[in-house]
Amino acid sequence: MVGIIGYGAYIPRNRIKVEEIAKVWGADAPSYKKGLQLYEKSVPSPDQDTITMSVEATKNALKRANINPQEIGAVYVGSESHPYAVKPSGTTLAEAIGATPDIHCADFEFACKAGSEAMFVCIGLVESGMIKYGLAVGADTSQGAPGDALEYSAAAGAASYIFGKENPIAKVLHTFSFMTDTPDFWRREYQFYPRHAGRFTGEPAYFKHITGCANAIMSKANMKPEDFNYAIFHQPNGKFPMRVGKMLGFKKEQIEPGWLSPTLGNTYSGSSPMGLTATLDVCKPGDMILMVSYGSGAGSDGFIYEVTDRINEVRDKAPKTRYLLEHNKKYIEYGTYAKFRGKIRMGE
Amino acid sequence: MFPARYWREIPQRYRMEAEKCKKCGKIYFPPRLICPECKSREFEQVKLKDEGTLLTYTVIRVGPSQFVNQTPYAMGIVKLDDGINILAQIVDCEPDQIQTGMKLKIEFRKIQQDGEAGILCYGYKCVPA
Repeated sequence: MVGIIGYGAYIPRNRIKVEEIAKVWGADAPSYKKGLQLYEKSVPSPDQDTITMSVEATKNALKRANINPQEIGAVYVGSESHPYAVKPSGTTLAEAIGATPDIHCADFEFACKAGSEAMFVCIGLVESGMIKYGLAVGADTSQGAPGDALEYSAAAGAASYIFGKENPIAKVLHTFSFMTDTPDFWRREYQFYPRHAGRFTGEPAYFKHITGCANAIMSKANMKPEDFNYAIFHQPNGKFPMRVGKMLGFKKEQIEPGWLSPTLGNTYSGSSPMGLTATLDVCKPGDMILMVSYGSGAGSDGFIYEVTDRINEVRDKAPKTRYLLEHNKKYIEYGTYAKFRGKIRMGE
Repeated sequence: MFPARYWREIPQRYRMEAEKCKKCGKIYFPPRLICPECKSREFEQVKLKDEGTLLTYTVIRVGPSQFVNQTPYAMGIVKLDDGINILAQIVDCEPDQIQTGMKLKIEFRKIQQDGEAGILCYGYKCVPA
């Protein structure tokens, strides 16, 4: 049976606090913190992007998978912040890990669910027998317009997964996708910042698609919320994943281990995949995990995983996600953040 | 940077591939056609270790045009755990926190970009281990 044979995460060290952004725009930081349950977010350095973070997360996944990269048959990077408009991120990733040239490669884009899309396709290709191993990455260095609500949450991070049939860490028991045409968040060609439809991003978008996907996959598996040890839902802020979990009948304790957004922010395509890495860091053999992503536009991918004994062998072979989140942080001011993120118009 | 030159150096810049002389065992990074020690032309490919120790460094305060926004930044000579010395930028720490003898590890980073429309050049940098 196909499953995860290696996983890894990467988080840049820079952080900016909600207060630091709010004071620049005259906003009320306590109300943002309370409303979004968000306290700080990660910020990439100028020499970090979706490609560099994908490579580092994948190096961690390879340490846990312990396979020859030449046996990877597909590499898919899901992101809405691919560094090039035309030229794949996956080619650089595959070259950096030594997986070229006998490999299929594509970049995926579906707002915040591009990473889970990559996972979904890898699972299918491994299950069909077309490839031995598949590498799926969700990574983003997303931008919010200055002063917009998204600026408080748009963060940077990556999660990488290697799927295969031999010795999985977590078996993939079920998958499900739920998708409609819902224009809640978008970025047009040549536009630097995305736009969103305010409160429309909530009930008809995030909540409808996650509950639709979660209820359908649980029905398919004949399982209830209490049958799961852990659940991970897309984390655009700290509030939404907890609220959608409660709507579905999950308890806070099931969600908390993978709930990174309060101090990480929204890593877009990396969001729910990174929550899964943090959950795998703490789970036990036999545990059942539900993961449901969400990507604006809009859709959700659902996965049910069953953790195996191998988790105890590989967990400590690479840095754990909470360690990356809490270790070696550097807080920066808004001016440095604006410089790092290219928000300042420079002279020639 | 011209794409062809960048492309030629990908095995070294991305994967730190070196060559080991089959006759005398000396490792060269970047690879050479002829071993200066024994004049052999036969090499085998080896991948360098991704951790090492800082031997010496300098802090650049007036950088070339592609790096002017990164100043001040440190460049150091790092002895990797397999004994090979490399020159690399040291990031993720303040220049005044850098000390010779500190343990470093390799991370994949963007090295430079060819203006607003040219290629992006990736490779190795060192961060505190």
